[in-house]
Amino acid sequence: MNPAFAVSVPLLGLISEPVSVAHYLVVGAILFVAGVACMAVKRNALGVLMGIELVLNGANVNFVAFASPYLQAEGGRSIGLDGQVFALFVILLAAAEAAVALAITLNFYNNHATVDIDRADDLKG
Amino acid sequence: MDLASQLPSLLGLAWLLPLASFVLILFFGPRMGSHGRNAAWVATAAIVTSLVLSLVAFVAWLGAHPVSAVDHGGHGDHGAAHATEHASGHAGEHGGKGHGDAGGHHAAAGPVAYAGDWYTLYEGGRLKLSIGWYIDSITILMFVVVTFIATCIHVYASGYMHDELHDVTDHDVTLADGHHLHRPGRFSRFFQALSLFCFSMLGIVIAGNLAMVFVFWELVGICSWFLIGFYYERKSASTAANKAFIVNRVGDFGMLIGLMALWGAVGTLHFADVTTTAADGGAVRTPGLFSLFRPAAADHALRIPDGMVKFEAADAVARVAADHAASPADAASEIASRTPDWRSMGYGNWLLFIAGVGIFCGCVGKSAQFPLFVWLPDAMEGPTPVSALVHSATMVAAGVYLVGRFYPVLSPDVLLVIAYVGAITLFIAATIALVANDIKRVLAYSTVSQLGYMMLALGVGGWVAGLFHLVTHAFFKSLLFLCSGSVIHACHTNDMRKMGGLAKVMPATAFTMLVGCLAIIGAGIPFVIGLSGYYSKDSILAQALSFSQANPRHAILFYAVAGGAFLTAFYMFRLWFMTFAGKPRDHHVAEHAHESPQVMVMPLLVLAVLAVVAGWTLPGGLGIANLIEQSRPAGTAATATGGFAFGSLTIPAEHLSHGEPFHSIATLTAFGTALGGVLLAAAMYLWGVISPSVVATLFGPVYGFLAHRWYFDELYHAIFVLPVKGLAAVASGIDQGLIDPLINGLAWSARQVAGLDAWIDRTLVDGLVNATANATWSAGLELKKLQTGSLRQYVVFIAAGTVAVFVLTSILFKTSLPV
Repeated sequence: MNPAFAVSVPLLGLISEPVSVAHYLVVGAILFVAGVACMAVKRNALGVLMGIELVLNGANVNFVAFASPYLQAEGGRSIGLDGQVFALFVILLAAAEAAVALAITLNFYNNHATVDIDRADDLKG
Repeated sequence: MDLASQLPSLLGLAWLLPLASFVLILFFGPRMGSHGRNAAWVATAAIVTSLVLSLVAFVAWLGAHPVSAVDHGGHGDHGAAHATEHASGHAGEHGGKGHGDAGGHHAAAGPVAYAGDWYTLYEGGRLKLSIGWYIDSITILMFVVVTFIATCIHVYASGYMHDELHDVTDHDVTLADGHHLHRPGRFSRFFQALSLFCFSMLGIVIAGNLAMVFVFWELVGICSWFLIGFYYERKSASTAANKAFIVNRVGDFGMLIGLMALWGAVGTLHFADVTTTAADGGAVRTPGLFSLFRPAAADHALRIPDGMVKFEAADAVARVAADHAASPADAASEIASRTPDWRSMGYGNWLLFIAGVGIFCGCVGKSAQFPLFVWLPDAMEGPTPVSALVHSATMVAAGVYLVGRFYPVLSPDVLLVIAYVGAITLFIAATIALVANDIKRVLAYSTVSQLGYMMLALGVGGWVAGLFHLVTHAFFKSLLFLCSGSVIHACHTNDMRKMGGLAKVMPATAFTMLVGCLAIIGAGIPFVIGLSGYYSKDSILAQALSFSQANPRHAILFYAVAGGAFLTAFYMFRLWFMTFAGKPRDHHVAEHAHESPQVMVMPLLVLAVLAVVAGWTLPGGLGIANLIEQSRPAGTAATATGGFAFGSLTIPAEHLSHGEPFHSIATLTAFGTALGGVLLAAAMYLWGVISPSVVATLFGPVYGFLAHRWYFDELYHAIFVLPVKGLAAVASGIDQGLIDPLINGLAWSARQVAGLDAWIDRTLVDGLVNATANATWSAGLELKKLQTGSLRQYVVFIAAGTVAVFVLTSILFKTSLPV
């Protein structure tokens, strides 16, 4: 493989390597960026909530990957069950957050007959 | 119960009841019935209860110490007996052990007194200030007299003051708008002041030490001020009140000097010895004034106490102390051994003189003696019951009473001063009374004159005579004043020239006033019987005669008394004839005249009876004179000689004057002069044989001089008031011309400095603070724009911000993680 090519397109080399933490991290990063993008561009409040879910789950993927002993290189160390526990907490928080956010959205809809977040600028300074 | 614990409780309660009444009326007076009508009942109930308590004390006293006729001979031989009486009298003061048993023994002779303290205000070193009592027969007598007359006057005043029960229009006060003053009635206020006055007067009488006397002395003064200025809207009344108060201050200043001389030199103001409690043996802890000045060791003769001798011989004492600087004990014994020498050299004489004259100064003010008598006639601006109670029977009596109480400490020189002041006073006042036309002023000058009599009597050694006259005078003078009040009530004028012929319309008043006039001139059948004044005035005359014979240089004192008796008779009957006899001079007045209501006449009748009988001595010796004699200070019964400032003096023993020839001469002189005075008055004002106006023209200059009251007010105005006013004008000039500009200049510069200060504050300090605030404000405005309210924008900010932080961190910090 042309080293110069490898430099110009980072991470491309991962394709040819066995699945490791790095692959998971790439997936997590993609999920995360997709989530952030979703939050930034969607005008529909429900769409923004979905973006949030993506961001959280992107993070979860990272935790789980770090926790897994099988993805480590020989002699490497994982964070073990801590990662799993964090992931569970994040899911829990996501559920709670979704409930609150949906309640807010529902109230907003009741008051404004829309879920367009660009119309939700009452907190403008 | 024994007397020693009974008397202080009885008299103490009698003393405090008027105070309770005062406090009650002070707080609830206006709410006592309509317009405070019931305040009169409260005050009267209090004073009647006091009277009853005083009478109970009086009876208890008589039971324990029966009054017997005084043995005129050999009174001075009782010196040794006096010593034991005196000591055992004091032993009884706290526990009173066995005092009641010894009562009969005491009554024979010698002063029996109970003294003690209710409450100690302060005690430190030798100084002891306390509320205490000193009770002997004259204390009890004065209690009875004061409460009795006060009772009569309370009853009388509840009728006299009825105008104050509704709104009053005062025709003597014209307001700026030309109307007369219209004000609410002040009925309760009058009785409030009257109660406070009774409390103060009784406080003087019962006081166990001079400090307490002084306190109540001032209280009496302020009560007098309240009462004289009762109609304070009237200029004349408020001026008279101030005059009385200020003139009394002059006398009290002298009294303060006397108090300081006494306290500074002998260190105690208690009359009697201060003893330990009976449980501790009742030993003498601090000797009182009486035993210091008349020690039992010296047979109760007046001896200047060591304290005064050392005080005046301070230089010699200091020299002895310096010689024995090494041993203070030697110095003390040396000083003690040389004190008698110093005493015989005359050290201490002047201090004793100053102390005596100082105390007497207070009495001069309070008892309206020359030269401070000018306040009393003006004090007649007060309501008539006040004149009767305060300015004839009690307050002015306080001075005489104090001289009597303080008598053991007065040296012959002081007594001579007192006698002369009394003589001058009685003569001046009597002459002014001859020509006065205001009925109350005649009585006021008569009071001054009679007080002069009392002082003179005390001064010439007539201790009993002076106090006896004090008591009898209290009765007939309050009677005369109440009668004059009744007349004024009927006529609505004080001017005797508008009266006349009132005997027909107001017979009761005319009769009782006649009794009062007869009593004051000392009428009686010589050597048989007479009204109260007959006895007291005769004893004064007799003592004055006795003194004049013992000291021929001072014979004028007797002539003053005799001449005074003539003048008294003349002006009293001039008053009576002008008021009650003849034909009405002013028909307007005569038509309105009427007899006063029962409530006012009853006290007149009661007082008239007492004015007749107060001087009598019952078979067995019970009489006021003998009662007073019981309290004669130890050592004053015998003839005393002495005197350093005015040559040698002899104060003859008082019992000598009861013997011949003094008694007969005095009685005949008194009778002759009084009869002469009455006849002259009758000739001028009743029969019209001599025309008063012709006499007035004949003695024009003298008449004018007397009518202007010897120009005393003008004289005092010229020598005291005008210089003070001039001084005040100068002071005011300095104030306005010098001090005011200085102060104003200071104020102006302070303002300038303050202006500069304000400019710095506004521009610099305020500017800095405002600039900070403005900067913050505009920063806030700018930052506000970031808060767009758009959620999506916030997400981008967060993401971009996170990245930015990450980038910055990785640029600025090297990672320490192993790569």
